[in-house]
Amino acid sequence: MDSTDQLRETSRRIRKHLVRMHRRGSHFGSAMSIADILTVLFFRVMNIPSPGDPDRDRFILSKGHAASALYATLATKKFFDESVLERYLHDGECLYGHPVAKSLPGVEVSSGSLGHGLAIGVGLALAAKNDGKSYRVFVLMGDGEIQEGSVWETAILADRLRLDNLIAIIDANNLQGFDRVENIQPISTFRRKWEAFGWGVEEVDGHDHAALLEAFGRVPFRPGAPSVIVARTVKGKGVAEMEGRFESHYLSVPADRVEDWLREIDEKS
Amino acid sequence: MRRAFIKAVTRLAEEREDVYLLTGDAGFTILEDFRARFPDRYYNIGIAEAAMVGTAAGLALAGKQVFVYTIAPFATMRCFEQVRVDLCYQKLPVKLVGVGQGVTYGSAGATHHAIEDIGVMRVLPGMTVICPGDPREMAETVRRSISLEGPCYIRLGKSGEPVIHQKEGIDFSIGRGIVLERGERVALIATGNMLPEAVKTAAALKKKGFQPEVISMHTVKPIDAELIEETAGRCALIATLEEHNLIGGLGDAVGGVILEKNLPARLVKFGIPDAYAATAGCQDYLRECFGLGVGQMTEKLLGVLSED
Ligand SMILES: [Mg+2]
Repeated sequence: MDSTDQLRETSRRIRKHLVRMHRRGSHFGSAMSIADILTVLFFRVMNIPSPGDPDRDRFILSKGHAASALYATLATKKFFDESVLERYLHDGECLYGHPVAKSLPGVEVSSGSLGHGLAIGVGLALAAKNDGKSYRVFVLMGDGEIQEGSVWETAILADRLRLDNLIAIIDANNLQGFDRVENIQPISTFRRKWEAFGWGVEEVDGHDHAALLEAFGRVPFRPGAPSVIVARTVKGKGVAEMEGRFESHYLSVPADRVEDWLREIDEKS
Repeated sequence: MRRAFIKAVTRLAEEREDVYLLTGDAGFTILEDFRARFPDRYYNIGIAEAAMVGTAAGLALAGKQVFVYTIAPFATMRCFEQVRVDLCYQKLPVKLVGVGQGVTYGSAGATHHAIEDIGVMRVLPGMTVICPGDPREMAETVRRSISLEGPCYIRLGKSGEPVIHQKEGIDFSIGRGIVLERGERVALIATGNMLPEAVKTAAALKKKGFQPEVISMHTVKPIDAELIEETAGRCALIATLEEHNLIGGLGDAVGGVILEKNLPARLVKFGIPDAYAATAGCQDYLRECFGLGVGQMTEKLLGVLSED
């Protein structure tokens, strides 16, 4: 297997975890959307020798509703046993629907309310700079999430602080809670907006591992500036009947579809 | 109080390299010296409170002791949900510092008054709420805030508040009220900038032959239930004094203890009667409007005492 074959296998494994986990709870589509981004980040791009390493790269899942994808990735990464995933959303367990800092090895930040993660990333990136540390901070946001004003307060701030160790990724699946993003707040001007705020911007296919790797390999896109990768994605990616449907934000996986969907992921992705 | 605050933070920053100070573009004539001495630990984040609190959380996750300084309503309410999620939910030891408690900003109007801040901070799980009563309490608060495991809210006034504790080295710890004068029958429990007014009210009551107990309840949360219980043993009338809405502040915290512990005390709450300032006016003028003048409070208490 070459390197991207391995990554594809990893993404399949994460997605299959997600199908099994999402027999309960919502946000299946949101989680499937970012499986490839998380694969590339955790298995190639980020340097995390161990979850407690003080110099580790930091990952913040600002779109906290896709927590299941983070758990599945961390388990696949062997930060904890994959059997833990069976307890997703169970009473008395720590696998919340939105991540809670330190609830599991590798979960850095509590999120769930949108528009918070980027500013926390700024604080971590600023501390790295001031402490002479080389770690980088990755913040994954949704394309609906960036309607929050706090994102843009922070975009100004990160530019001014020249945080080239801060990398935002936008999971641009063009869907949010109740409609297509473009029907609510048009996003055609993503690139120009972020560039106008001083950020280096690249757009990539968020399911193409090689393209993601290539883009992450070139950050910072502008010297001395924070970077944002607009990852074009498909909500529900990997299960044809869920792909591109905003309903996948809410629906859980029907028990009688689990086996079919697992097979589909093995065969097609 | 602002000077006592910055003096104490500066001293901490001299001793510890992890002390950071963020401001939301407030602090003219107060923060300049800190900025000059610690340029890489001072950031004017700009008029962006959500980004400021989030940034403070990130710095705290990296092990920093962060003070976040701006005008009280903006420090607490503009970015309330960042305070809730980023600081309280994550249990991060960020110190939120609100300037201009109560109606300190007088004629500026109610946008700049902080009359709900204690209430909204109190209801946050894990949040400690401290309203120092004089510059000495302020200095102690800053020093001791470093050892708190979670976030705290420190409520500041302006400059030039009188020193109430005459000797240095006061017996101060977060969560423990300070008895300034022991008394009987009537106790005045004050927080923040109402402490000097409590002292004055006590003096007026003394002239009428009473011996009031005076307590500085600098920490509103956690409230010092033990001290309230003890005081209720001596004083059947307990009055609370705060420059804050009567709903949700010190009075309710003390009242809760009285009810829960079934203490034999009657409670009189002095505060702002659930209203924004109806006119422009300086702090003293507005206090009179809200019944917080020393004469008004004295008269009210004499009336209640004469009912017994
Ligand atoms: Mg979306």
